[in-house]
Amino acid sequence: MNAVPHKNLKSFLTDAVRWNLRGGIAFQIFRIFLLFGMGFGIYAYSFQARFGLSVTGMNDIVSWGLYISNFTFLVGVAAAAVMLILPAYMFHDPGFHRVVIIGEGVAVGALVMCLSFIAVDLGGPLQAWHLIPGIGLFNFPSSILAWDVLVLNGYLLLNGLVPAYILYSHYMGRKADERKYRPFVFLSIFWAFSIHMVTAFLYQGLPARPFWNNPLMGPRFLASAFAAGPALIALILAIIHSTTDYKIDRKVFRKLRLIITISAIVNLIMLFSEIFKEFYFPTHHSSSAVYLFFGMDGHNSLVPWIWTSVIINLLATLVIAFNPGKDNPKVLLPACGFLFIAVWMEKGIGLIVPGLIPSPLGEVVDYLPTWVELGVTLGILCLGITVVTWLIRTALIIEQRYEGAD
Amino acid sequence: MSSPKKNEKQTVIQDVLEKPSSRRSFLKGASIAMAAGSAALATGCMATGDTTTSEEMKLRWQEYFKKHYRLMTAEEKKETVKRLERLAKIQNDLDVQIGTDPPIENVLYGYAFNISRCEGFMECVAACVKENNLDRKTNTQYIRIFEMEPGKLDPSTGDGQFYHKVPVENKFYMGVQCFHCENAPCIKACPTKATWREPDGIVVVDYNWCIGCRYCQAACPYFGRRFNWSQGEVPKEELTTKQHYLGNRRRPKGKMEKCTFCIQRTRKGRLPACVEACPTGSRVFGNLLDPESEIRFVLEHKKVFRMKENIGTEPKFWYFID
Repeated sequence: MNAVPHKNLKSFLTDAVRWNLRGGIAFQIFRIFLLFGMGFGIYAYSFQARFGLSVTGMNDIVSWGLYISNFTFLVGVAAAAVMLILPAYMFHDPGFHRVVIIGEGVAVGALVMCLSFIAVDLGGPLQAWHLIPGIGLFNFPSSILAWDVLVLNGYLLLNGLVPAYILYSHYMGRKADERKYRPFVFLSIFWAFSIHMVTAFLYQGLPARPFWNNPLMGPRFLASAFAAGPALIALILAIIHSTTDYKIDRKVFRKLRLIITISAIVNLIMLFSEIFKEFYFPTHHSSSAVYLFFGMDGHNSLVPWIWTSVIINLLATLVIAFNPGKDNPKVLLPACGFLFIAVWMEKGIGLIVPGLIPSPLGEVVDYLPTWVELGVTLGILCLGITVVTWLIRTALIIEQRYEGAD
Repeated sequence: MSSPKKNEKQTVIQDVLEKPSSRRSFLKGASIAMAAGSAALATGCMATGDTTTSEEMKLRWQEYFKKHYRLMTAEEKKETVKRLERLAKIQNDLDVQIGTDPPIENVLYGYAFNISRCEGFMECVAACVKENNLDRKTNTQYIRIFEMEPGKLDPSTGDGQFYHKVPVENKFYMGVQCFHCENAPCIKACPTKATWREPDGIVVVDYNWCIGCRYCQAACPYFGRRFNWSQGEVPKEELTTKQHYLGNRRRPKGKMEKCTFCIQRTRKGRLPACVEACPTGSRVFGNLLDPESEIRFVLEHKKVFRMKENIGTEPKFWYFID
């Protein structure tokens, strides 16, 4: 049955590992750095396992911090893969078809990070099995967090299995049967929107927190994600283009730029709408926004943070939209990087922390992550980057061989 | 080769495995490889690993796989209570009695707070800390007293951290705690149903079922929930040993806790500690279903209001003016 008899699922996996252990000296150094980062993360987490979450900067007032901030942002990055999947599979864009697998790799990495961030944020991670439907007790459909568990894991499965099937077929030297995976691709397109909307609803559904209890939350999440995610993917594609023989068409970058521009502009319009609502006639529901943008009672640790983010966001959007370098990657790529950082600052710490300040009883405290939180975060980011590089490396080698065989 | 201690541990594991299979037995089997490590982790006491007896290991192991409190049979409730009491004896040499008293028939608790009478003495706070074995290290408090300016009714405009002689002229005082909402956002938010409202109106937490995600804390409009950021500490001689499973028993680290209207007292027909301790009689507690109760008198004859009424959570807690 198999075209090449010595190839099977086992050799697929061992080959994937083998390819990933090889590489030039620079790549090995990069990998050692990632391993070191993950090791440091585990070391930092050991303190949390022993002493509880008291070793973080969180408290009863700011009960969510750096972990949930990063989780929220990375859900967007994961969802943004749909901006490649949609044109590739629905509109059969040939350029995107060649890079869609990279977008899916990024989505899997982002989801692994999301789930890890949730896991390290739990006070009782060993009780997480209480969440497994059937064994535990699942508060579905009442709790939005229960929905989030379902959509995140479902999206991880979809984004893992479809590319795995396609890659395996190509590895075996045959064409992937589109009838088999097409329904799942369509499902994953809807699912991508749902993971981000559900995550937004997690916050949007809380009447206790006026800063989050805002109908623009979901749409704005999508807009910022579809700006930041493709910006990251453009950077990764540029790295692949310049460091491997897998060359990426200029057209792909141009189309990505278009997607980023539109999303970033929509995002800024929505930001302006939010700011208008909070400050045109400030009520006590605006106090979180006042704390965030101007500080309150002498507590102003987030003020420079959010203004930096807004200014970088504005400048990066202008550069990407007006393209002053005439498609010069030396101008556009740094702009993508800055846009990504600006959205990370705003959709992470800039969204989660002020939502909890002031507390429902009016207390204002500042939140500062401790070295343990920073260490664990670094570890999870290294884990995510490792997953992405492993998946993309495997995918590119298989795709290149498959294309060569054609 | 192996030490006697190791042998003991192994027999414990065998013991557990050879018991008649339950709903979760496959989980036990799946994780048996990590048995010793995870059992120690599960109870969050790795530091005492050296002194852990095989009995303690076995009890912790059984505790780890127990069910949600509401799904337990009467027999299982009795067993978990026995285990918890025994663990308290082994670990801290404490004789505690943990009750599982069910709600009393035809009782719905309600609470009223007299803002014209309270003078901010904070006796209620101290009594609550003592009664509910609240963590002394982080100074956890279920009750907050706010010193309010005249003309204001929102505690966020008041001062929740006053350290001066009370009462102060032309100020009034407002106590805030868990309001035991009928339509509680925290219950809706919890992904594992670890928090719920009992038939007598008390909103409780199953400390062992909570996974510590703190979504309920974000959802509460009244700042009514507290988290065990680390293992709580209570001096042995100050510990209240008469406990309830859903009330003032020792909370594991990484779990939510909250005011339970002193479930360990009220289900035995007593008043909550804060009501008993209040020197001015500003706190009224009782059965809303009893037309003769003081709480019903207050609701019928005083000027009564609730905090953040616009959110529609229907708290079972009212403020009133004489």
